[in-house]
Amino acid sequence: MKTTGAAALITAVVTAFMWLLLRAESQPSIAVLIALAVAAGVVAARSRSLARVRAGAPERVVQGFAFAAVVVLALLLRGDDFSLLLMTRVLIVILACLGLNVQFGYAGVVNFAGASFFGVGGYTAALLCTSTRLPHLLILLCGGAAAALVGTVLLLPVLRTRGHYAALITIAFALLFRTFLEVNDTLGGPQGLKLRELVVGPFHFNDAIELGAFEGSFYLRYLALALVVLTIFFGLVLRLERSWIGITLDAVRLDEIAAATFGLEIARWKITAFTLGNFIIGVAGALSAFMIGFIAPNNYAFAESLILVSILLLGGVGNPWGLALATAIVILLPEKLQVIQEYRFLLFAAMVILILLFRPAGLVPRPPRRLEPGG
Amino acid sequence: MTALLSCRGLTRTFGGLVALDALDVEVAEGWVLGLIGPNGSGKTTFFNVLTGLFPASAGQIRFENAEITDLKPQGVYRIGIARTFQRSRLCLPLSVFDNLMVGNHRNLNHGLWFNLVRRQALRRQVEENVAAARELLTIFHAPLAARLFEPAGGIPMIDRRRVEVCRALISRPKLLLLDEPSAGMTHEETLQLMDDILRVQRKLGLTIILIEHEMSVIERITSHCMVLNYGRKIAEGTYAQVSRNLLVRQAYLGLE
Repeated sequence: MKTTGAAALITAVVTAFMWLLLRAESQPSIAVLIALAVAAGVVAARSRSLARVRAGAPERVVQGFAFAAVVVLALLLRGDDFSLLLMTRVLIVILACLGLNVQFGYAGVVNFAGASFFGVGGYTAALLCTSTRLPHLLILLCGGAAAALVGTVLLLPVLRTRGHYAALITIAFALLFRTFLEVNDTLGGPQGLKLRELVVGPFHFNDAIELGAFEGSFYLRYLALALVVLTIFFGLVLRLERSWIGITLDAVRLDEIAAATFGLEIARWKITAFTLGNFIIGVAGALSAFMIGFIAPNNYAFAESLILVSILLLGGVGNPWGLALATAIVILLPEKLQVIQEYRFLLFAAMVILILLFRPAGLVPRPPRRLEPGG
Repeated sequence: MTALLSCRGLTRTFGGLVALDALDVEVAEGWVLGLIGPNGSGKTTFFNVLTGLFPASAGQIRFENAEITDLKPQGVYRIGIARTFQRSRLCLPLSVFDNLMVGNHRNLNHGLWFNLVRRQALRRQVEENVAAARELLTIFHAPLAARLFEPAGGIPMIDRRRVEVCRALISRPKLLLLDEPSAGMTHEETLQLMDDILRVQRKLGLTIILIEHEMSVIERITSHCMVLNYGRKIAEGTYAQVSRNLLVRQAYLGLE
């Protein structure tokens, strides 16, 4: 009970902080806020208080609080297009990183083509929404399915290689994919494609919201949809980790020889993780494309794949909560603190190097598996 | 004698090097066979070929009267042969329980639907396995059962060895291959571990093949011995018979 109360308090503080940060306009005040957050983070890490609360509070409660925090934050910022867009972007990128986490964090399959599979989802959504009358929610899933399908092209080479070589193959794919998009006229070439408005049931996502006295930005609907989709996949990925499959994927990553000696089909589990991961990334890509309404090869450059990987390293490989935090940092920081906008790649690179040197398990290291009830 | 495991003319070459040279091995149920020989005599290679990590270059392996020569490691495990490794191969970041469950792979349901959706059923299977893991660890070393959910990297070396043996045992194999379980342990720890293994062997009616350098261990716990040199069998029998054998004394014990 005590830890639940503490978790509620922490959630409230974080929500209030996020509200302040997203509302803040002047650069000095933003800098002060960020400095405060860093200080709080250091204190929390040093005193291990956050870790204690985290270990004590039931997973479901923590998830509920996080969900509520996003809802409250969105309602507080209801008229602020830009902040809502940023928040939705964070949710979508968390979703994509979850996919990467299943691949790299659990099964140890490297994927430096995250943005490409994100792009497959986006292009699939663009093609399907303009040329078919499929329900748009189904199109989101089709985006995932298409990404998983395209991923099968890489299966054979990825399964036959390890470490750096597997990484090189995915890098080659990422570069080829973008070139392919640029020269392919049916896919719009360098100009890209436009998407139709997202429609789910009676909701037209691009209309402003007016419910009696309540008025809100049209981004609220995208945010709500992204939040629901993310919640579903977040829960699924946590369940995956806390299951026999989670143990199996970890064993495949840590020691293939020992795993094979105990009957684990290495290829089967790598394929499962890679495909499932690409599916999730593809859904995120489709969602993102609908929200932006327009996609082009530039959105899916290799640099974006690197950002996804660095989020994973920064947050803590194998820990969905860690990568949620890291995504928030990586997306919001350059948008709010404009001085670093131009240097963001430099900054992320430096951050990743520092993390690997001084905190190799990431900002929020992966906790031990909790298979027991309530975990 | 009905052989549980029988190898005929088992050969494995690495380029020009003959690591196993037309080896004939018969192991009956309930035996504890000690496999001895100088470094590089092919003992571990024998295990690796047996468990399918290296394909055999020639010859055949039969287990319970079925041909298993070309099985992959996964297949060998599924028919009931489990092993430990000379250098510990536990997944150190994972908990003791997780490591044991890797060993119990063939008895767990790995369906996506079962694992992601049928959480109640999964939870029951988890609880059953936690109980089974505790029981097995208790047989070995009762205090170890209390550390079931600690990372394997955080427990002492002798306990890691125990966990490794338990990982091989938890799926209830018919044949257990132990590759130098005493490596890196003190004399006392070795004796302790061997007693544990022997107790479990009697309790479960296991058949064991054991690679070991420490002769006192071999003398104490094996029912039969086989001596390899340059990939060939140069002697077999009980320890008393083998240790009197002149060839063995020359090749292994270093006597003129």
